[in-house]
Amino acid sequence: MSDLEQFRQETRAWLEENCPDSMRTPITGFEDLYNGGRNPEVSHPDQVVWCERMAEKGWTVPHWPREYGGGGLEKAEVKVLGEEMSRIGARRALDSFGISMLGPALLEFGNEEQKLEHLPKIARGEIRWCQGYSEPNAGSDLASLATRAEDKGDHYLINGQKVWTSYADKADWIFCLVRTDNTGTKHEGISFVLFDMDQPGVTVKPIKLISGSSPFCETFFDNARAEKKNLVGEDGKGWSIAKYLLTHEREMISGFGAGPKKTVGQMALETIGADASGRLANSVLRQNIAQYQLDTMAFGATMARVGDEVKSGKGLGPASSIFKYYGTELNKRRNELNLAVLGEYALGWEGDEYNGGTVSRDWLRSKGNSIEGGTSEVQLNIVAKRVLGLPDA
Amino acid sequence: MALVLNEEQTMLKDAAAGFLAEKATVAHQRALRDEGDERGYSESVWKEMAEMGWAGIAIAEAYGGLGYGYVGLGLVLEQTGANLSASPLQSSVLIGASVIAELGSEKQKEEWLPAIASGNKLVTLALQEGNHHAPLATAAAAARDGDGWVLNGEKVLVLDASSADAFIVIARTSGSSGDEQGLSAFLLEAGSAGATVTARSMVDSRNAGLLALKDARVGAEQLLGEEGGAWRGLSRALDIAAIGLAAEMLGLSTEAFTRTVDYLKERKQFGRVIGSFQGLQHRAAELFAELELCRSIVLQALQGIDNDDDNLPLLASAAKAKLCQITQQVTNEAIQMHGGIGMTDEHEIGFFIKRARVAQHTLGDYNYHLDRFAQLGGF
Ligand SMILES: Cc1cc2nc3c(=O)[nH]c(=O)nc-3n(C[C@H](O)[C@H](O)[C@H](O)COP(=O)(O)OP(=O)(O)OC[C@H]3O[C@@H](n4cnc5c(N)ncnc54)[C@H](O)[C@@H]3O)c2cc1C
Repeated sequence: MSDLEQFRQETRAWLEENCPDSMRTPITGFEDLYNGGRNPEVSHPDQVVWCERMAEKGWTVPHWPREYGGGGLEKAEVKVLGEEMSRIGARRALDSFGISMLGPALLEFGNEEQKLEHLPKIARGEIRWCQGYSEPNAGSDLASLATRAEDKGDHYLINGQKVWTSYADKADWIFCLVRTDNTGTKHEGISFVLFDMDQPGVTVKPIKLISGSSPFCETFFDNARAEKKNLVGEDGKGWSIAKYLLTHEREMISGFGAGPKKTVGQMALETIGADASGRLANSVLRQNIAQYQLDTMAFGATMARVGDEVKSGKGLGPASSIFKYYGTELNKRRNELNLAVLGEYALGWEGDEYNGGTVSRDWLRSKGNSIEGGTSEVQLNIVAKRVLGLPDA
Repeated sequence: MALVLNEEQTMLKDAAAGFLAEKATVAHQRALRDEGDERGYSESVWKEMAEMGWAGIAIAEAYGGLGYGYVGLGLVLEQTGANLSASPLQSSVLIGASVIAELGSEKQKEEWLPAIASGNKLVTLALQEGNHHAPLATAAAAARDGDGWVLNGEKVLVLDASSADAFIVIARTSGSSGDEQGLSAFLLEAGSAGATVTARSMVDSRNAGLLALKDARVGAEQLLGEEGGAWRGLSRALDIAAIGLAAEMLGLSTEAFTRTVDYLKERKQFGRVIGSFQGLQHRAAELFAELELCRSIVLQALQGIDNDDDNLPLLASAAKAKLCQITQQVTNEAIQMHGGIGMTDEHEIGFFIKRARVAQHTLGDYNYHLDRFAQLGGF
């Protein structure tokens, strides 16, 4: 038996024994994603058990090195683990910004002490993180951020305001962009710091979204304190770390709409019916759906192609620059088609007869996909300038 | 199969690009057009292409080909698209040989495939009758006559009609319009009694024509496949052909796009290069994104032929529909972004939009294939 096959068998046996039955059911919404933290929110108590067991093996972050709380697995093993988890329908044990955003940045830019301090706590779901980038006057033009950090020897004193900070009201720590110097260009003088949200100098105020939920906040700093040892990279050199992290964020967002679902075409047949030739009865809607499904298929093939190119050692080609833009625009189209296909049902906001308004709320939430993590327009600017080499205005 | 090219394929692609950029460019195409060359392609360049083995890339080794598969042929077609190189690669190699490989008897394959692979014979498909690709609506009739048939009907858009050595004529031996059953395929040699070719002048100035059949007689040995049972094999060959045309369009639209982006960096108005205007930048970036999707879907479909994918019909219609959509958009934008100069015959960009529309139309346009894509998707 090959090592990989042996790994598969062991993994299968371990999962059979350790994955609670309740964690083998499909998730029904955001609340079923477990984010950990000091005061974890759960929709089922088994979420905590499942996360602990997986973290014990390092499998909440299977590809991270063991010394940082990861599983130390090879790529092929990570794939096997994923396959074995899908086989029994096991949920991911832990989802968090720590895993998808901060972790990769710390692995690349953190010093040894920082990695040993923060990564294992991310892996075990002990600390929940939020992202302090955007400010009222620094959105697409992120580098114009103004939150000040004053050097006080062993720590920084931070004053200013962040906005659109997702889950700031639930997070324990923040990774934050602050200005330590404003004498150079706007990209210089930005520093990447980490600090605890549980201190008197930090206040958060939830903001309600058009979808009715309040996932993000205004975050105020009034003499908040960040220890010097939690400065990642050099003072004033945080911009490249910020950008590196954004590529990981964009990757995560472009995958939002993915997952096995009934095709829109099948859904539409059920609600609208077919004509005598078996075609969807509304030919205008039919064309829109077909074009959407065609683009989804071609986009899927593009993700696969880029993945295969990376595996074959060709590196991340220019095609990857379109993922965030195209993936989020597709997801918005999908949600618009849901409305078109489901009609009145899709407009329900509350009540069991509308399943709590999931369709309309998801539709509204999807509008943010092409704003968060860099807007579609900003993504097109990047393609035009970096990939096509078109000059600045 | 990983969605990447292997080393051999990359070499083939580079070799094709190099050869065509020297021997069969837009300038050569213009010269052929201006000379009124009826063939529409250069016989000597075609000979060289055949000597390099291109005509046999996808033909099995047992029949004198390279057995290199359709990914290989697709790469060469892509390069012919980029250079707008006319040749019988589409008519005879992509389409004719595929129909024979699908439907022919052992004897027919031995007779015809090596001849196509060496470039010695040019075999083309005579299918379309009306204004649109509608294979099941075929009305040309094949009536029994002793141990053979007599053919009557008219075929349009027969590619390379005036230089073809033989036609594969699709005709009805039974059934009526819309039926799969009853379609038959016949190999009819050029010059046969009752078969008349009239060259037609098309917008891409390539060699397409009308084949008129008036009591043209074919014998039993000229039937390809079973009487009335051509549809299955023909339909697979049409899927292969659609994917090959999509590969050509990928090369064509990518090149038209590259030339346009180059122009955006060069042309100045209002004191700056027009490529610095965001209105144009975003349109260019969107086209770039779409072309990346095109590249993926074409490669996936080409691999689907070589892997005998069960979903080939869906892959074929997806690839053709997507490439028709984007080729149309790219070539339109190419003219628009070139401004007045793009409207002149002197500038080469116009050649791209002309060939584009013929390739889009051939064997089913966007509307045909998107409709089929939806049907195959169950709605
Ligand atoms: C659901 C959601 C969650 C978020 N979570 C977080 C978070 O956790 N942490 C965090 O720091 N931030 C977060 N954000 C903020 C997000 O990153 C910003 O909203 C985003 O960068 C856009 O900035 P803005 O809102 O100021 O819009 P603006 O920058 O003001 O943009 C307004 C419009 O102008 C366009 N525009 C701006 N500049 C250009 C240009 N150069 N060319 C063309 N068009 C342009 C934009 O594309 C947009 O259409 C979140 C946002 C959303 C919607």
